Order: sequence, then structure tokens, then C-alpha cells
Amino acid sequence: MDFNFITLALSQILEPQTIGYALAALGLAVHFGFTGLLNFGQAGFMAVGGYSFAITTTQFGWPLWAALAACVVGSIIFALILGIPTLRLRADYLSIVTIAAAEIVRYTVKTPDISPITGGSDGINGSSDTFNALNPLPDIQYHLGIGTYNKEQLWIRIVGWVVVIVAALVIRQLMRSPWGRIVKGIREDEDAVRSLGKNVTWYKMQSLILGGVLGGLATVIVIIPTSLQPDNYGTQTTFFLYTIILLGGATTVLGPIVGSIIFWVVLSLSDGILSLLVSNHLIPITSIQQGPIRFIIVGIALMLLVIFRPQGIFGNKREAHFSA
Amino acid sequence: MPESSTQVEQLQVGEPGPGVPKKDPILIVDSVTRTFGGMTAVDVAHVEIPRGKITALIGPNGAGKTTFFNLLTGFDKPDTGTWSLDGDSLSGVPAYKVARRGMVRTFQLTKALSLLTVMENMRLGATRQGGERFLPALITGLWRKRETEITDQALELLARFKLDTKKDDYAASLSGGQRKLLEMARALMSKPRLVMLDEPMAGVNPALTQSLLGHVLNLKNDGTTVLFVEHDMHMVQTIADWVIVMAEGKIVAEGYPATVMADPAVIDAYLGAHHDTDLGSLTGQLEVAEDIGSPLTGDIIEEIAEETPDAK
Ligand SMILES: Nc1ncnc2c1ncn2[C@@H]1O[C@H](COP(=O)(O)OP(=O)(O)O)[C@@H](O)[C@H]1O
Ligand SMILES: [Mg+2]
Repeated sequence: MDFNFITLALSQILEPQTIGYALAALGLAVHFGFTGLLNFGQAGFMAVGGYSFAITTTQFGWPLWAALAACVVGSIIFALILGIPTLRLRADYLSIVTIAAAEIVRYTVKTPDISPITGGSDGINGSSDTFNALNPLPDIQYHLGIGTYNKEQLWIRIVGWVVVIVAALVIRQLMRSPWGRIVKGIREDEDAVRSLGKNVTWYKMQSLILGGVLGGLATVIVIIPTSLQPDNYGTQTTFFLYTIILLGGATTVLGPIVGSIIFWVVLSLSDGILSLLVSNHLIPITSIQQGPIRFIIVGIALMLLVIFRPQGIFGNKREAHFSA
Repeated sequence: MPESSTQVEQLQVGEPGPGVPKKDPILIVDSVTRTFGGMTAVDVAHVEIPRGKITALIGPNGAGKTTFFNLLTGFDKPDTGTWSLDGDSLSGVPAYKVARRGMVRTFQLTKALSLLTVMENMRLGATRQGGERFLPALITGLWRKRETEITDQALELLARFKLDTKKDDYAASLSGGQRKLLEMARALMSKPRLVMLDEPMAGVNPALTQSLLGHVLNLKNDGTTVLFVEHDMHMVQTIADWVIVMAEGKIVAEGYPATVMADPAVIDAYLGAHHDTDLGSLTGQLEVAEDIGSPLTGDIIEEIAEETPDAK
């Protein structure tokens, strides 16, 4: 039997997709875990940030810093559009509006009329040039045990993880500060926080912006080595992100990052094991059924986790105990 | 003039009664109304809260006391009306700004922030913490000093409220009464001018009520004005300087605690709310009078004795 799939699964740790999801999940943890905002449209933030970056890079030829600024500004504007009408209302309004807005973004970029700019259903290729132009690595093959990478592949992986670590340190600092105390208070009871003289709506907006910008930047990491595909930013993506933060612990900084690694490694691992079993005729399913079945496995694993460790892997047991 | 006014400082101008002006009001309310559907929950023509005193707002369930609190503190919007704190209009001011102006309230249903520790709950009540702004929050050095001051202040208050041993526990682990105390202590972190307590005694262990009364009296001694809603007539009689009675959204009586209960309007107010009581019967009235600790109780007992001599 071929056990290559184990190395393949472990290489997920360095995949830009894993890194990007870690960053987007961190943003969602800011929303949901720390502030209690039910954002069901994190995929929308990812799409808006990604398109802002890709369009300004490939269509307008903007330098890297300007395209990144466009990504940040795009995410901020999206947060303002979603937040201004909903954040002063009951919590459920935000979830309805975000889930719808994310879908609107996805359908809009696929509209044939604006395809010359957005690439339509094909998405956008070639956002990586300005980024790779900054690559200082020597042009050789890098053997890292779990995979062999060329200098471009290694460059995005290094920068990606550095961005995630910096973002995690910033969020950790914020959540230990008086600012973090207020957003956590809002998660518990926003009227109580209001009664203590804090501008709750504005803090919710800041949180929505912060997490949304992380979502936007996440897409940049994901699309640089590949391409921007609109259908990668559907509702499913948001639910993957929720899976990831619940897995790792939604009220922690490390949780979303480790959650993303576990999610993609386990998904790849179960895929590998299933193909092994299928190709050796050890289980009675076809290779077409294999795809959905691995998600069933992940679903069951998540259910077991919620039953036996509701606080997630890194969550605080006492916290989960009291919120139950 | 009630005889008690010879013993206590006179707070009002003229005869005590609904809407009577005060010598030194801190809060002045004019024609505040609020309807839910067709039902008028609050309809207050005029009321003034005396500065530096403890005022009790009483009335049967559903009288509109909580709604009135919500309106005054910006948690709900009135249909009409204006009100001002120390001359500054508060109408239309959002809740968080009302608190910043020095008018802080607590809630009838306790709002302890369960998954924050007792200490974090307290710190949240503090003012002038620059680290509450996004960018300064990133640099601990910019807010550490103020945080230490806040922590000291919180420890002092927690000690006063006998919660200092709980400071590192989640608020969720406190008893209902302790949460009430925490909410009150937290409200005091900003050193408000006017504290509004909605049923501070509800659910509090009787062993704690005495110390709670002490805390409220201490507030007055520190110069803070207190307005509280309470059903416990013992608390009203013990600590209130002035009593305002609400029924069906209106202020129906005002006066000194020793005398206001004798106002027939007060008995009426409570009778109106006792649907199971036979309105005409004296025993029903007695029940109500005893309920609210009215000085009329004696009169009613006498009356009953006169009507039914063999009952004696
Ligand atoms: N949000 C609301 N919607 C509809 N009716 C309400 C609302 N809040 C309060 N009421 C009604 O207003 C009246 C006054 O309620 P409330 O202020 O809670 O009384 P109290 O605090 O004096 O017991 C009650 O009849 C209550 O049912
Ligand atoms: Mg009430």
C-alpha cells in the first residue's frame, strides 16, 4: 500500500489555503468568539478583499502596497455597508444581512456585464507578479521533508505564516486590553456595557471591520499562488470557517489557527485513507462517493468534539461550562 | 403639613403631592409619555428628583417604573417629553452618553457579564481609560498606569461590597444576590451623580439586605443622588428620604416615607392592581394596606372592628 497520503496531508500545514483560512478564521473569531457578532458572511469579506486586490493588481497595474491598501479599504467599506444598518438592531439582523450580502457579492462578480473586470465565472489569474517581484529567495528547489517547493511557493508560505503570526499577536494584545474587555462585555450583554457609558455600536463596528479586514487579507494569501475563483467564496466557506473556530476554540487566538491546520490536514488525511480503502476494494463505495463521505466524517468528528469538548481544543473549560 | 416634616429637612416647595417642585432638583422630567400599541405604559406630567437624597419609586407591578427608567436613561424612546440632569437636556441622548453624563442605572433583571471575571466587570465600569480606544489599546504602556488606578478603585469597592474574595471568579459563578451587588458596585466605578437602581433587593439573600441598605446610605453620604425602584416597604421606610408612587403610568402620590402611605391614592393604586381582591371589602383593603405597610392599617382594623363587633 502507498502511504504517501500522510506526507501529503502533513503538507497541508504549509498550504496557502490553510494559512488563508487560519487568518480568515481569526477574523471570524474576533466577530463571533470575542464580540458575539453572528457574521455568516465571512466569505463575502474574503471575496471583497480578494477582488479588490486582484482587480487593482491585474487590471490597473497597481503596486503591491496600493493593491493591499485597496484590499483593506474594500473590506472596511463592506463592513460599513453591512454594519451601519444592522449593528444597532437585534443580533439576528446582522446574520441575515451578511449571509445575503456574501451571496450577492459572489453572483455580482459572475455577472457577464462586468466580466471584463471581474473575470466572470473564471475568476482572475496572475495576481502574484508584484508579490513575487519582492522575493529575495535564491532560485533553487527547497526540500522540507513534507514537500519540495520552488522559491515562489516557499515565499508565499513564509510571508503567509508571518502575517498570521503578526495578526494573532495583535489580536491577543487587543483582547487583553481595555478595548478587548469592552467587546467581550458586548458579547455577554450589550445593554449592560451601554449602561456603563460605552458606545457599543461603534465597538461592534470596529470589531466587524477588524475581522473583515483579516478575511480580506486572507484571500490575498490564498490567491497569490493560485487564482481567484468566485465559487470558492460561497456560504460553504463561511461554514468551514465556523467549523474551524469551533474546533480550535472560538474565544481563543490560537484556536482558529490550529483549527485551520487540523481541518485541512484531517480532510486530506480522510481523503487519503478513503482512496486507499477504495482502491484496495476494502469498502464498498466508488471514488465519486469519496468526496462527500470525507465531509460526513469531518461532520461526525465535529459533533463528537462539541459533545465532549464544547470549548474547542484551546478553549477554556470553565467558560464553556458557564455558557452551557 | 405632615408632622414628620418638622423632624426632617423639607425637600419640596409647597404641599407634598404629585409633581411637587423640589428646592434643589437634580433631575426634572416634563410630560414624558410612552405607549405600547394602544396601552399607555408611562404618562408622567412633571416630576423632580431631589439632589443628594434617596428617592424611592414605588408602585404595583406593571405601573411603568422600569419603562420610566428605560426612557430616562436612553434605553427606550418616549413618544413625547423632555427631561434634564442638572439643567442639561437628556432627551434623545443615547444611553451610553447618558451614563457618561453621570446618570448610571442598574437593571431589574441583573446583567452581570457572566464570562468576565468579577474584576473585569468592575473595570468595565471605569471612565477615562485610554486603552479602550483601538490604537492605544495596542500599546500596553499607554494604559497600564490608568489600569492600576482602576484596579485599586475596584478593589476598594469590592471590599466594601464583600466581593473582594471573588474578584478572580467568573461573574457567572456568583449567586443572584451577589450579582445584584456586583452590578451596583460596577455602576459606582464611574462615580455617577445620580444612580438609578431597579429593584436592587429583588432576589437578594435576606442576610445581605442589611448591608445593601448600608451601601445605599453610604452613597448618599458620599453625595450621590439615588433613585430606586423597590417593592420591599421595609427598605423604602428605612432609607428613603422621599417616595414617589406610580400607578398605571402616572405619578399618583409623592411625599415623605412616613406619611405618603396614608395617602388614599396609594391604597387605590395598589388596590387597582390587586385584581383578586374584593375592592369594596374592608378586609381586602386591610390586606393591601398591610402589604404596603400603610399607616392606614390601624384605621382599617378599627373600622372592621366597628362594623363587626363580634369579630373582636
Ligand atoms: N417592550 C414592551 N412592549 C410592550 N409592552 C411593554 C413593554 N415594556 C413594558 N410593557 C408594558 O408596560 C407596562 C409597564 O411595565 P413596566 O415598566 O415593566 O412596569 P413595572 O416596572 O412598574 O413593573 C406593563 O403593562 C408592561 O406589560
Ligand atoms: Mg419593573
